[in-house]
Parts: sequence; C-alpha cells; structure tokens
Amino acid sequence: MMTRVQMVDQIFVIAKHSLLAHVPAMWQPLCSAVLSVVPVMIVFPLLFAITTILERKGLARQQNRFGPNRVGPCGILQPIADGVKSLTKEDIVPRSADQMVHLLAPLLLVTAAFLGYAVLPIGRNMVITDMNGGVLFFFAISSLVELAVFMAGWSSRSKYSLFGAMRAIAQMISYEVPLVLAAIVVIMAAGTLSTVSIVNLQASYTGIFPHWFVFTPWGFTGFALFMIAATAESNRSPFDLPEGESEIIAGYYIEYSGFKFALFFLGEYLGMMATSAMAITLFLGGWSAPFSFLTWIPSYVWFFAKLVALICGFIWIRGTLPRLRMDQLMNFSWKFILPMTLLNIIAAGVWRFMPGGPLRWLVCSALIAGPFIVLGRATSWQGKGVAVRKYRYAE
Amino acid sequence: MLGEGILKGLAVTAKNFFGSYVSKQRLTTLQYPEERLPQIEATRDFPFLVYDGTDAEQGLRCVSCHICEKECPPKCILIEKSTDKKPDAVGKMQFYPARFDIDISVCMSCQICVEVCPFDAIKMDVVYDLSSHDRFGGLMLDKQKLSKSNEYYRQIHPTEAAAVDAALAEERAKVAAKAKAAAEAAAARAAAAAQASGGGA
Repeated sequence: MMTRVQMVDQIFVIAKHSLLAHVPAMWQPLCSAVLSVVPVMIVFPLLFAITTILERKGLARQQNRFGPNRVGPCGILQPIADGVKSLTKEDIVPRSADQMVHLLAPLLLVTAAFLGYAVLPIGRNMVITDMNGGVLFFFAISSLVELAVFMAGWSSRSKYSLFGAMRAIAQMISYEVPLVLAAIVVIMAAGTLSTVSIVNLQASYTGIFPHWFVFTPWGFTGFALFMIAATAESNRSPFDLPEGESEIIAGYYIEYSGFKFALFFLGEYLGMMATSAMAITLFLGGWSAPFSFLTWIPSYVWFFAKLVALICGFIWIRGTLPRLRMDQLMNFSWKFILPMTLLNIIAAGVWRFMPGGPLRWLVCSALIAGPFIVLGRATSWQGKGVAVRKYRYAE
Repeated sequence: MLGEGILKGLAVTAKNFFGSYVSKQRLTTLQYPEERLPQIEATRDFPFLVYDGTDAEQGLRCVSCHICEKECPPKCILIEKSTDKKPDAVGKMQFYPARFDIDISVCMSCQICVEVCPFDAIKMDVVYDLSSHDRFGGLMLDKQKLSKSNEYYRQIHPTEAAAVDAALAEERAKVAAKAKAAAEAAAARAAAAAQASGGGA
C-alpha cells in the first residue's frame, strides 16, 4: 500500500492509469502515448512563456532597468501579449525564398526540440519512453536542430540568414563534439544509456547526501563542460554569433515573421530547456531530492526546480558576458573544451578503477585541475606580449 | 587563472540584480506618464498668447501687429487683423487678432516670436505632450486654445513674468499719467477758454 507522500509523488501516474482503465484494451497503447505526450507539449511551452518573462525581467534587473512592467501586475502577463502579437502579425515570405523549405524549417526545429523530451524523466516513473539508448537518441535528435537552422538560413535567400546559418553550423558542429564527450563520463560510470536508469543510480543517499554525479571531480567538470557546450548548442549569449542581434540582426531567422518567428523562438527555448534537462538527468540526479530528508517533496517538483535554476543560470550568463568572436569561439571549442572533455574521460576511468577514499579524490582532481591551469595559460593572451587594447576615443 | 574574470563579471551582475530591488537609486528609468522630470524654469516648448484679467477675448495683449507672423522662420503663425479696436494691456485703443493660429506640427520652438513681440503678448509654454490622433487638425492651435492667463504665465515662468508685469505696470502708469496730464491740460484749456469767453462777454 502506498503512503500519502508516495501518492502525491505518483499522482500523475495514478491518474493516467485510472484513465486508461476506461479505455478498451485495443486503444490503450495509443491513449497511453497521447496521455504522456500531451502534458509535456503543454507544460514545456508554458515554461517557455514563463522563461521569456523571467529572462526579460532578469536581464533588465541586471542592467538596473525595470523590464516589462505594464501588462498585468508587475508585467507577468507580458508573454500573453507577446503571443497575441506574434499570432496576429502578418506572415511574410520573401518572393525569392524556397517556399517549401522556408515553411518546413521552423516546423522541423520545433519537432526536433520536442522529440528530445521523449526520453527525459521528469519525475519518478514519469517518462514518455524508457529507451535503453535514451541518451544516444537524445543527442541524435538534438543534432536535427542544425538541419532546421540551415534550412531556414538557406531557403530565405538573404545574405544575413545565410551568414547566420553558416555560423550556426560551424558553431553547433564544433560544440556537439564536446557536448557528447562531456556526457560520456556519466555513461561510463552508470554503464547504461537509459536515462531512467541513470537517474535511478543517482537517487540513493549516503547519510543525507545524494549520489549525484556532479559531486565527483569528473562529474563536476563534466557538468561545467556540458553546460558550456549546451550554451553554445542553444545559440545563447555569449555564443550567440549565429543570431548576433547587433551584427546580423537575427541570423538565420531574419526573414521570418509572425508565428513562424515565434516558432523559432519556441524551438530555441525548448532546445535550451531540453539540454538543461539532460544535464539535470546526467549530473544533477534528475528528479531526486538534494538531501535525503527532503524526499517527501514530489519528484517532479525537484525536476522543475532544478530546471528553472539552470535557466536562471543561463539568464545570468547572458546578462554578464559579451559575445565571443568567431576565432575565439573556435579556439575555445577545439583548443580548450575538447581536450578538457578528453582528459575528463581519463579522470573518470581512473576514478572507476581506483579504490574509494581521499587518494582517489586527490588523483582525479589533480588530473583535471593541472591541465585546466596549463590549458588556461596556453589559450590565454596574458603573458604573451599581447597588450590590452587601448581605444583612443572610448576613454 | 582562466575563469576568474567571468566570476568577477557574474558578481557584478548579481550585485546589480539584487541591488536594483533594494536601492531605488540604481533604477534610473523614469516611468514616464506617471513620473515626470522636474522642468527648469526656462523650459520652452510651444508659444501661447497671454491675456490679462479673466476674459480671454477682452484681456488679450496681442494687438495683431503681424511681427511674429513675419519673423517666424518656419511660417507656422497665421494672424487676421480685426476691423474694430479695443483697449490693449496698457489702455490704448488697438486692433486685436480676429484669428490667431499656430501650427505646432510646424513650429520649431525657436522662441523668435517671443523675442520680437513688443507687447509681451506671446510667450513660451511648458506643456510638451501634445500628441493627437488628428494629424492636421489636432496640432493646429487656434486663438481659444492658445490663450492662457497671466496667472498661468506667472506660475510657469515666475521670474520672467515678474519682469514683464513690472514693465507693463510702468507703461500703464506712464499712460495713465499722460492721460491725466492731458485731461488736466484739457481742463485747464477749457477753463481758460471759459474764462476768456467769459471775459470777452
């Protein structure tokens, strides 16, 4: 028999099963799929709406501004106004654009962004499909975004969108490699590609502390590298060259307007949330509570709390860092992130075969921290006779 | 070490983020329709016509001399002279404007009309949010809309208005003295004439 805490935790699962009981057996697989998919397709776009207002307010406050504060109390209804605006705007397609591809690009982007959620466990027993190759499926699907971006940039027949698309392809392919390599350490440690099993492994406790992978030297490094690569992958500041507001206006989706533009926006944020959710699944223990005495709070609450926290992190980073240059972006990826992920894999391997204890911590930390300092020196301009550039008219 | 600068930057934005909720001084934005910046005394936007007393028709200082109309660089003033006369601010009989229009969509707020007016009849207003849905009619101000009382003028430009009032009072006193002298002279002349005619009789 279930306790009350378990009841609250499993309320959605129970609701789904009790609804399914009323359906003839022949239709049950289909209804089960629909009942799993529809909530995800409602909740995450809603979270997207909340994220937009959170981002606009947060960025504004970081720049000592008010941010949107006219629609509703404190401006919280701004997303509704934005939605109405983008829905009622005229949909303009350039005459020389490839009409079909131009239409398909935003649809593909959103579809690809949504598909990733199929394998993300958003609570205990709450996952659309428990694939045994879940992580692989996720990365395969998330690389579809590149195709959509290039379709959009190419079909628009505008030099700005082509620039944006080219930059996006160069950037996304460069950062896809470290993204996957940073995730590999978890697969090595867990010995499985199933997201559900990875979370289950982390949802146990020693004393009050959980077994999250982020609390190991390789896990922490992996998490940091994964988040950097995820920022680049979702084209967010400081890696927002493909969109570069001040350079190429909106990059690959410059020729889109009205609802298609909103779809790009949606796809982008869904992608960001999906990679954040993947980071949570791989490193931050998915839906598990951070302390054993907090397990009475439902698992889905923890998942969304972590997700919102990571989104706030993204907003914070966006409010802080300026955009990188293309060569800096490439150097950072190939000369720093990639070697670090490879070293991290070695560290994870060493961790796996050393007996537990302080020595293991020391060796693994040294394996990561040493190269970090060396690589940091090597890739930095400091001490290479490069002076800080003086701007004659900026003083 | 690599990443130090990023951490420092993150600290700065975090300080801004929380600071903007704590100290109002950080938020430099002015919530415009509700809040307004205090204006300096010499603020000027568009011209208006000053009238003395309470009746805008009777007290209007303008004597329809057309100087401002001729001097206006963008030619936004239109004046039509009246056929009859009425006493002006100092008491002389003068023409008055039957029609006085300023198109503020054309006006460039140069204040030249104010500089050239010999009667202190046209002055600069401080109202700046005069937007209108009617592009042509809404921004064409006629005599009724332009006429504002001397009290209003004193309120918006106290120093300037005090000087104008003093000058006008002096002028009025001069005119009154002249009139008195003229009246006395006339009376004296009348008396003398009466005496002369009396003596003659």
